[in-house]
Amino acid sequence: MNTDQLIALLSDDLAPVRRGVVLRWLLAGLAAGLLLAVLDMMMMLKPRPDLVAAMAGGPFWMKISYTAALTILGLVIVQRQARAGADSRIPLYALGAPVVALIVLAAVQLSAPQADSAALLMGQTWSVCPWLILGLALPVYAGLMLALRRLAPTRLSLAGAAAGLVAGASAATVYGFHCPEVAAPFILVWYTLGIAMAAGLGSLGGPHFLRW
Amino acid sequence: MIEAEGQYREWMLAGLAGDTGAYRKLLAALGGHLRAYFARRVGPSAAEDLVQETLIAMHSRRATYEPSQPLTAWVYGIARYKLIDEYRRTRRRASVPLDEAPDLFAADAVESAGAKRDVEKLMATLPEGKRALVRAIKLDGASVAEAAAASGLSESAVKVTVHRAIKSLGEDVTRDEGRGDEH
Repeated sequence: MNTDQLIALLSDDLAPVRRGVVLRWLLAGLAAGLLLAVLDMMMMLKPRPDLVAAMAGGPFWMKISYTAALTILGLVIVQRQARAGADSRIPLYALGAPVVALIVLAAVQLSAPQADSAALLMGQTWSVCPWLILGLALPVYAGLMLALRRLAPTRLSLAGAAAGLVAGASAATVYGFHCPEVAAPFILVWYTLGIAMAAGLGSLGGPHFLRW
Repeated sequence: MIEAEGQYREWMLAGLAGDTGAYRKLLAALGGHLRAYFARRVGPSAAEDLVQETLIAMHSRRATYEPSQPLTAWVYGIARYKLIDEYRRTRRRASVPLDEAPDLFAADAVESAGAKRDVEKLMATLPEGKRALVRAIKLDGASVAEAAAASGLSESAVKVTVHRAIKSLGEDVTRDEGRGDEH
């Protein structure tokens, strides 16, 4: 078929499209995955017993703010990567902001007079924390990747990494309702590690799952 | 190519709303840019397949174009993706600059100017009547019916005349190239 015929064919196939398709698909994928992650957490891990008391305190919300901020920035990157040729440098750089803020907070806590560095860094659950975050991230990653497949990602590793980042950060947010740790150094090391693992594995999955 | 960007974006938005005419114009214009872009990188024969693949990809994913984004960047993103895909298939280098979007639109203008010069030279070899018809239909994009009305010929006479004129132009080109080889 020559190109003119193709153009005629494509034009005849034209139907009006609704606006905001990118965001709608991504939010649908995120919501479906997040629902599974929440159910997993409620059924398998259970919320921490003292959740109501903890929710009254600042440290709990510090932890949630950190993972929520990474989730939102990740979503901005994902929705840009879902459109061909969009630039995601600004939100990528912006990821530094919550990390730097948490580094400062961790440094303050570690340099307090009677600080127990080992306890602040390792807590009670460091050996399971990143793995559980990674596990909870799986359904969210799947939901986002299914959405991305219908959109137009052109940098597949970056799109996959961004999906992994959103999955990891939102899973960490969910996990935060189970996990009793709230020390900034712990969150900085182990939560960030779980999120980074999700982003790293996500980038490997990009070229594999997103080809179109 | 600021003007082109504005015009194309307008056509694209009209196309997204369902305006077939604007959409067809957009695809035809982009087809020209894409042809030049790919031809310089993979040669003319592979280029046509890539042009078609890119147009199909644009069409099937057209809902991902956000009006706040430059259309140029969106089209270039897809074209670049299809080019990398082609390199991967043919095992050639897989690094394509991210920021050549302006190039996609600028370079075509240069090449089509060159192409136009050659066409004008060839056109000069045609008899006056045929030349006007070929110009109207092939260069100015008039329909056969419009050209027929303007020249007073029947539509089928116009078609035959243009067909023969193009064929003789093609023979001129081949002769020229043949001469070039002898040097």
